[in-house]
Order: sequence, then structure tokens, then C-alpha cells
Amino acid sequence: MCPQTVRNEAPSDDKRWKIINATMRRNGDDSHALIETLHSVQETFGYLDDVALSYVAKSLRTPLSRVYGVATFYHFFTLKPQGEHSCVVCTGTACHIKGAQALLSAIKGSFGVAPGETTADNKLSVISARCIGSCGLAPAVVIDGNVMGNLSPQTLVARVEREIG
Amino acid sequence: MTSPTRVVTLRIDDREVSAREDETILQVARDNEIFIPTLCCLEGLSTWGACRLCLVEVSGSNKLLAACATRVAQDLEVKTNTPRILAYRRTILELLFSERNHVCSVCVANGECELQNLAQRCGVDHIRVSYRYPELSLDLSNDLFRLDPNRCILCTRCVRVCDEIEGAHTWDVMGRGIDCQVITDLKAPWGESKSCTSCGKCVHVCPTGALSQRGTAIAEVHHHRDFLPYLTQMRGERD
Amino acid sequence: MPSDELVALKTKAEQRNRANRICVCTAASCQSVGADRVHKAFEAEVNKSQREEQVEVRAVGCMGLCSAGPLVRIENDETAVLYRNVTEQDASALAQSIGRAPVERLICPTDVPFFTRQHKIVLANCGQIHPERIEDYVAVGGYEALYRAITEMTPGEVLADVKASGLRGRGGAGYPTGLKWQTVAKSPDPVKYVVCNADEGDPGAFMDRSVLESDPHRVLEGMAIAAYAVGANLGYVYVRAEYPLAISRLRLAIRQAKAANLLGQNVAGTRFEFSVDIRLGAGAFVCGEETALLLSIEGRRGQPRPRPPYPAERGLFGRATLINNVETYANIATIVDRGGASYASIGTERSKGTKVFALAGQVKNTGLIEVPMGISLREIVEDMGGGVPAGGRIKAVQTGGPSGGCIPNEHLDMPVDYDSLQQVGSIMGSGGMIVMDESSNMVEVARYFMEFSMSESCGKCVPCRVGTYQMHQILSRMLSGCAGPGDLSMLEELTRAVGETSLCGLGQSAPNPIKSTLRYYRSEYEEALRKSRPSMPLAEEGVR
Repeated sequence: MCPQTVRNEAPSDDKRWKIINATMRRNGDDSHALIETLHSVQETFGYLDDVALSYVAKSLRTPLSRVYGVATFYHFFTLKPQGEHSCVVCTGTACHIKGAQALLSAIKGSFGVAPGETTADNKLSVISARCIGSCGLAPAVVIDGNVMGNLSPQTLVARVEREIG
Repeated sequence: MTSPTRVVTLRIDDREVSAREDETILQVARDNEIFIPTLCCLEGLSTWGACRLCLVEVSGSNKLLAACATRVAQDLEVKTNTPRILAYRRTILELLFSERNHVCSVCVANGECELQNLAQRCGVDHIRVSYRYPELSLDLSNDLFRLDPNRCILCTRCVRVCDEIEGAHTWDVMGRGIDCQVITDLKAPWGESKSCTSCGKCVHVCPTGALSQRGTAIAEVHHHRDFLPYLTQMRGERD
Repeated sequence: MPSDELVALKTKAEQRNRANRICVCTAASCQSVGADRVHKAFEAEVNKSQREEQVEVRAVGCMGLCSAGPLVRIENDETAVLYRNVTEQDASALAQSIGRAPVERLICPTDVPFFTRQHKIVLANCGQIHPERIEDYVAVGGYEALYRAITEMTPGEVLADVKASGLRGRGGAGYPTGLKWQTVAKSPDPVKYVVCNADEGDPGAFMDRSVLESDPHRVLEGMAIAAYAVGANLGYVYVRAEYPLAISRLRLAIRQAKAANLLGQNVAGTRFEFSVDIRLGAGAFVCGEETALLLSIEGRRGQPRPRPPYPAERGLFGRATLINNVETYANIATIVDRGGASYASIGTERSKGTKVFALAGQVKNTGLIEVPMGISLREIVEDMGGGVPAGGRIKAVQTGGPSGGCIPNEHLDMPVDYDSLQQVGSIMGSGGMIVMDESSNMVEVARYFMEFSMSESCGKCVPCRVGTYQMHQILSRMLSGCAGPGDLSMLEELTRAVGETSLCGLGQSAPNPIKSTLRYYRSEYEEALRKSRPSMPLAEEGVR
């Protein structure tokens, strides 16, 4: 196999591809860097689309199907764009026995979205997390990156309403 | 590398057999015509160890071991047909039947299906768990072959033959757990795959009717697998 | 003769030292109830009163009693007072109390069992030092064990100490750490790796996160000592992407240790070389299984492979690899420091040392505790945890997460150690401990864990992939009142089959929550069956 000397051309002239390139270079432009690179893409663009996956596959000389297999194996990765606001409901054991299901039902009732879904107006994405490690505050929810604990369904719905305006 | 391979003796089902020490229990059992069922294992491909049908009892281990992935050793005592093992084999086959839509009577592979054959051989005449009835659509985009995920048992033979023998790595598995599926490229329709060479190796190694040639009707599948050990040998000599 | 590197860092820490310290817990749990704002309020307060020379406002790691957060400790060299549920409005009163009487209404008593029954080794620095300052760690003796190991001890002597300590893996299975190290040390492989498993995936467990957030250098020091003992030069920490604070603190710690010449080439002027890199997990519980974890570091799907070969023989990139979890490494510096025999004097005959538990669920005091092995379960949940809030009765204590089991009230007097837990049908696990009161329906609890195992199954082997799905189906039918008469016996058969035939530990232990609840609460299953009216015969269908 002849060594790759020239970097593949980025899918667009979006400057952000430089961040992705830097991640791949730091990890030796090797297929081992796949997960680190996908993290970088998701952090930069918010989700993983086919264009990005193809580019990463080509750059890391990794088969397309393997890239897709990895992107769909790990639940941290999303192939769909996310809403403006995110609400992560923890469903870890402590949260579960303290009423995480009631929180999810309240969200579903008020906003019509279940975990993994985004509202039609693209305002809110609801995600269920395995355990965010805030068991001492169960049940806990992360809204736009801020952890909130000891929530009742009513306070959660009120809080989400306030966030999405 | 030059040290000669030693020969060991062991017992399989109270039969004394001898083997090279680098052989697996499965290889030795097959050489001696002792039946151990397998689905994911195929000679010429790497070991996957996932169907769990080849589990055997081995002296010195309280866990059941996969015969395809366990090397023989001097004085090993192997049991392949205890009541416990026979029961688990049946349960695993039942689980496989419940997972997708395996309707033998209308399957292209009827009569030449490894899953069907094993079910008959292991006495699976009904299944005790509920069927999942997943809704999976056929991929008919390829001019030569078709993929019917309803018959797929996720043995990954297609993935391995495509990667290890053909070198294209068109196939892989997406998702995880019960949602796993075999895919080509970025889940593109098979006919649009840029990496597929249409060599057909995947079709010939498929144990069921999941991958077949277009135009095959019910019970018309016939697998040609002689190419596999031949190719493996030829490529091995080149390395 | 301490190294120049350590002396320099100690001096730096001393120069920063003030007569009084306001320590604000900034671990994730306290942060989520406003610890950052409290920290800022204290800084503003001290700044306003121009007392920076007398008072240091220090952001520290986890103080343990998460349910009373944000926690603040005001201390000088003689006394320390802990305050609970502190808000930014309290900052002024608390800051002014320095040198005067403490603020009674906010005092969190520390002479209660929650604090007094603890024996801290792993958590010794948590809540004490600033996790983002290497000099704080060095000031309390950090990196001295590493220095001593690489300058005064042979790798064999370090190994002997770890073996003598009796330490067993804190990730769950409890394999003797010394034996694992020995296998890697003996390997003739010229390239070896040391890997730290920080993919804490059990729902209800947050020990590793707290250690990484509160005292990251302790883990790095443990890894470096391990690398020296087994002959490795490269290490990876595999940490959950869901722990951003832990990741950033670990990254910083690695940079600091490198800059201080405690990681990298010629560590502390010796010929020992050890570098550490971080790899992020991406939300797959199965990656806690060691072969899956290694594949994930290699950028692949985290699907376990049959062992042998064990990672100690053929692991990361095909090389001999030592894998231990965060808490295991966090014990190492202390073992080298005090000697293996001293460590082995703590705990029971077959379970040495201490164990960190994350106490949560229906219990008054939730948080992080470290106790000597062999302490009774009742002491933990009733004395330290304070029992069920509002005086309810404890129905069960769940340990070991989805791989563990529920221990009923009548067994609360059992000692907490690897073997006793196994005897009652649970496991030590990584240290999640969830208290359940009488309101918990045990069939529902089993269904919850089975849902977890089902969606975390990697899908590679048939029994786990389909078996967990089918067990979950049966439990769901029982709970929704449409189970059939054959369902309970089929469920039991599946627990045996999945447990014995699955490829990896996740599948093999997935039935444990059902097994243990069937063992102690069978009547609840039978009750669910009695109430069932199967709408259609789901069992007994012929092969089509």
C-alpha cells in the first residue's frame, strides 16, 4: 500500500474541518483514531452526517461500513441534528426508583416527545441517559448542560417551558 | 517459529483422540466425526465465537467453553452432549428462530439452511418464547444478489469473508443488541455500494437465506464454499 | 532524598498556604446545586474584606455527603467546621465567622456515623485538596510513593508489595490485582500497556467519577507505579464522555505531571519513562468489559471476544496489557507508601482494604463513602445512611448494578466483602449501593435492570442479544398483566441459559437481578402471574 501523503480535501471550505483534521493528525491519522474523531465531529457540528462520516472514513483509510458500525454502536453519537435545547433525563437506578419515569411521561405529555426525539419546531430534544452520576440528587435532569436535582414532574415541565421560551 | 508442534492426547465424550496442540477442540472433534453444532464458525475465516452453539464442558473449567475458540491440551476431558449442553443448544436455536422472521416453507434456502438443519438435528420442534416479528425490508437494489434481513442470524460470515478474503470490507454490522443489522457502506442500498466488487463470496458463505442470488426461487439456494479453504491457502502462501 | 521536582512543588504549595481556608466542594453533585455560585460568592466576600492574605478560598473535590450539598468547610490548622446546604447568601455570614463562633444554623455535624465510620484511603484527599493543583497533591505526600518506587525499589519489590496487600480488582469481579500484574510483568512482550478503566457504567455508581474529579493525580500515580512494576511505558485512561468535568481535570493533571517531570521521559531524573493519554468512551456499558474496552480504544465497536488470550498476554494492539479500574489504581500509592502488609491489616481474610460505595436511593444520607471491607451492610445503610427517610422500612439493598442483585432486609447484618455478597446472590460490583423501601416492586426492579442489559447488550452473541430481549418481554408481560402460565418457568430457564452461555461478563451476569429477586421475592412474581390474563397464547407456537 502506498502511504498517504496528501490530506483528503475537506467536504466544504467550512473552517471547522480544520478542527477535525487536527484531531485526526494528533492521533496519527490512523483508523485507531476513529472514535476520537467522531467525538470531534459531533462536538464541532452537533451530529454526524453522511458527508462527515465519508470524509472521516476516507481520511482514516477505514471502510465506510465500519465507520457507520461504530457511529451507531455508541449511543453517545447521534446521526440526526439536535434541537436548540436539550433535556437529558437520567434513568440510572437511583433516579429510576425516585421517579425518572414520571419525569419522562410529564415531558411526553407536555411537549409530545419521547427520549431520542426532537420537537417538530426543533426547539427541544429529549434524551435519556444511563446515569449521569448525580445519584445523590435523584431524580436528576440536565437541561442545556446544567444539572438539576430533586425534580418533580411539575417543576421539570415549568423549567423546560422557561428554557425554550 | 521452528519449534515442532507437539501432539497431545485428550478425551472427547470418553473417546481418546490425539491432536496437534495448536488445534481447537472443534477442529479435533470434526476430524474425529464428533458432532458439535456451529453457525458463526466457518473454516477459512477468523474465529468469532458468537453463536454459542459449540459450547462444551471441559474438565478444569466450571464455565462452558466455545469449542471453536478453545485450544486442546494434554489430558483434557471434553463433553459435547451432556443434558445441560443439549438443553442450551435448543434454547439458543429457539432464540434465533424468535429473533427474525424465519419461515422455512417460503425460504430460498429451504433444505440448504444451516439453521434449519441444526433445528432438525437438535430436536427443536416448537419454540417456547414469543416471536418478535420485526418489520425488515428486503434490499433488492443489487442486480445480482439480494439481502433479506428477515433471515439474517448476525453470524457475520459475510462481514468476515468480505474483509478477510475479498479485502473490500463492504459489509459490517450497525447498531447494537437486538437492533443489530448487517449493512453495506454507510447503510447505502447494496446496489449503490462503491466498495462492493459483486464477487458473491458473502452469498456463498451465508448459512441461511439472508443473502442469495437474484432469480433463485424457494428452496433453490445452493452454496459453493470450496473456494474458501482454497483462497485462504493461496493467500496464506503469498504472505 | 526527595526529588527536586517534589521539593519545588511543595515549596509552591507552602507559599500559597493561608492561615484560614474556605473549602467549597465543586464536585459534580454539589455543582449541580449551585456550588460554583457559592465559590464565587466566597471569593468576592474575601476580596471585599481584603483578607486574601489570611483566607484562601479553595475549590475542592467531593466531601461525600451529596444530599446536603453544596458543602463548605471552613478550617484553619487547628479546627474545621463543615456547613451544609450553603447558598451564596450565606457566604458573607460564613466568611465573617472566621476567627469567631461558627454559624450554628448551617453546621453539618461530623461526629455522626456517616463520617466517623469511614476509613479513607482512596478518598483521603477528596474534599481536602484542590484537584486542579498538582502542588496540593504533592504537599500531602503525593508522588512520593512513585519516586520511592522508581529510585529505591525494583519492579519485583513493588509487585511483591501489591501481592502482599491482598488488593483485589475494584471494578467488580475482584480478581487479585497482584496476580494480574505478575502475568503482565512476566510477559516477554517488548511493548506493554497500562490501561485504566474509567468507563463507570453502572447506573447508580459514581465513585470513579468522584475520584477523578477530586484527586486525579492519585490515579495517575497509581498507573505510573503499575507501569514501573510491569515494564510498560504507555498508558491510557478510558473515561466516559458523559463525565466532562472528570475528563478536563484528568487532562489538566496529565499536563501538570508532565510539566513537573513526573510523567514522560526520565521521570524525576531516572531512566523510567511513562506517558498517559486519554480515550473517551461513547456511551456503551459493555466497554467496561476489558476486551471490549481495548477494542474501543482501538477505534472499533466494543464487542467482547472470547478469552483466552487474556489482555495480560495479548491486549491493546495485540500487546501485553494491564487493565485495572480507577479505584484499584487509587489504592496503589498508599500500598507502596505504607507497605503491602499494612494495607492487608484492613478488611477481612479474603477481602483486604477499603471499598468506596456510592450510597443512593431511598436513604437519608446519600453520597460517597469509603469503609473497611467486612463492615456490615446494616451499618452502612442504617447507621451511616440514616435509613429510609420518614422512617420507612428498608426492603432491599441493591449492589453491583445490572450485574448484581437485591439483598433483602433479613440479610442486612451480613459483612460486606466479595465472598459474602456472592453467597447471597449479589456481587461487590464497582460500588453502587441503592437502598429500596417497601414501595419498590421487585418484578419492576428486575424489569428495569433487564431493560438496561437488553439495550446495553452489544449484540454479538445470541444468548445475550436475544435472551435479554426475551427475559425483558416476559417481565413486561408480567407487569402489564398478560403473562402466560408457562412464563415463569421459561424465565427461569432463560436466566440459566443466558448466564451460562453468554460470551462475556455482561451477558453472564445479566440474569442476576432476576435470579436474586426470584430467590427472595418469588411471591411477587407469582402474584403478578395470578393477576395475569393472557390475551393471546404467546407461548407454545410451532416452528413455521
